[in-house]
Amino acid sequence: MSEPNTPENARKMEPVEEQPASAARRAFVRLGVGAVGAGYASAIGYPIYAYLATPAQRAAAAAAVTQTQLDGADKLPAGSAMMFRFGPKPALLIHHADGTWVAMTAVCTHLGCTVQYEAPENRIFCACHGGVYDARTGANVSGPPPKPLTQFRVEVTDGSIVISRA
Amino acid sequence: MAVSSYPEPEAKTAAKKGAGAALFRWVDERLGIEEILAFARHKTVPEHAHSFWYYWGGVSLFFFLVQVFSGVLLLVYYRPGVEAYESVRQITYDIRFGWLIRSTHSWAANLMVFAIFVHMFSVFFMKAYRRPREFGWWSGLALLGLTMVFGFSGYLLPMDDLAFFATKIGLEIPASMPVVGTLIADIVRGGPDVSEVTIQRFFALHVVVLPLVYVPLLFFHMWLVQRHGNAMPPAEEAKPEAERRTIPFFPDFFSRDMGMWLIALNVLAGLAALYPWQLGPQADPIAPAPLGIHPEWYFMSTFQILKAFGRWFPGEAGEVLGIGLFTLVLLLWAIIPLYDTRTHAGRRARAATWFGYFVLAGLIGTTIWGYWEI
Repeated sequence: MSEPNTPENARKMEPVEEQPASAARRAFVRLGVGAVGAGYASAIGYPIYAYLATPAQRAAAAAAVTQTQLDGADKLPAGSAMMFRFGPKPALLIHHADGTWVAMTAVCTHLGCTVQYEAPENRIFCACHGGVYDARTGANVSGPPPKPLTQFRVEVTDGSIVISRA
Repeated sequence: MAVSSYPEPEAKTAAKKGAGAALFRWVDERLGIEEILAFARHKTVPEHAHSFWYYWGGVSLFFFLVQVFSGVLLLVYYRPGVEAYESVRQITYDIRFGWLIRSTHSWAANLMVFAIFVHMFSVFFMKAYRRPREFGWWSGLALLGLTMVFGFSGYLLPMDDLAFFATKIGLEIPASMPVVGTLIADIVRGGPDVSEVTIQRFFALHVVVLPLVYVPLLFFHMWLVQRHGNAMPPAEEAKPEAERRTIPFFPDFFSRDMGMWLIALNVLAGLAALYPWQLGPQADPIAPAPLGIHPEWYFMSTFQILKAFGRWFPGEAGEVLGIGLFTLVLLLWAIIPLYDTRTHAGRRARAATWFGYFVLAGLIGTTIWGYWEI
């Protein structure tokens, strides 16, 4: 089209040949409606997302902890274990028969079940799919777990135990 | 879709190219979308001076959908029973945008009741209840009644002081019924007073029982609208057929309907965001009622009539007369399709219209009066 694309021209052309002007207008309207629609969708969608995501975001903030103190945990008898919470996740503190202390996350690396310490076999066992970990190092020994359990640093003081990220 | 339509008919869409059109054809061949669209395009809606009122049923439906959606979101954090107040406090002040979800639910509830009232009165004055639409009128009245029970039961759930006293007072109405009154009130309350037990059963009512009854009734109501089409007001019926105008349901009426939904959405969003619904102090069974306590506006008329009758006729007589009058008007209102049966404007038709004015003026008048006396 060599003619300038003015509204007058567009109107003049319409009956004969409605291609360029009305196609452009249609594209513009479509873009505008799409943009407004996207605006509404995000104005409704974002608050709903934030509303539903609040606990997950809080938990993520809680997971940022680097250490936790367990008062009275130093009384744990040798040859036994206890569960505790490290941030939002369960963790395992083991007092071995030889007097050493070990702490590690209790979330199985296979599918996220909580593992347990089995004193007679001196192993860490996951009841869900039979995963076995070494009770001293957390290394995955047998069964489906693909990775070892993450170890924590343990500091035994008089009256409490401080667990921190290794 | 019928077997004869295979291979594909020369439908409009068949000519279109591209992945979108191909997907549409794939779905259409299996589900018959084009058939539904053709039906919707073929269906017409009367177009006249009072067409504006046709959109209010749709607006009511829109607010109902908002209620379902925002209600499910509230259900994510709400805990009925002893923790009810604490959970609503968390939703309102702790969870991100919880205040907005709750405010939307409360405002949409009020707007839904308002839209249903507009819908009901427009149906009344357009005389859309006449043969063969009687069941539309009755199912609509039932839906309004259930909506008000929704409102009443939902109002208690936050268990703040206003919720507590509103429920206490509201349940005095069934309690004042002769013989069975106390029995019914005790069953509804779950004891002699409003407590966590009441919340638990109101919760079950609000989120399970009422939706189970409401949704099928709503479908019945809308199926009737589809079956009989939009009613014409008497003034349109009086015109010769050639002078009556119609518009296609799809896309003309449908797009206007969606335009009304968009307006409704904007009004709702504005109110919910700018006037967030408040949470009062936690209900305390031994604290005195807060000054200026009053019911929601859609119960104000009933409240004021009972209050006024109680003043004019002291003792039980006032309550009985007040409830009696209310029941009588409601009954007459419900049986209007059986009374005003003529298709042209006769004596009965005019009487029905005057009755409509009387009820509308009575509702508005007693509501204003009620607010005046707070």
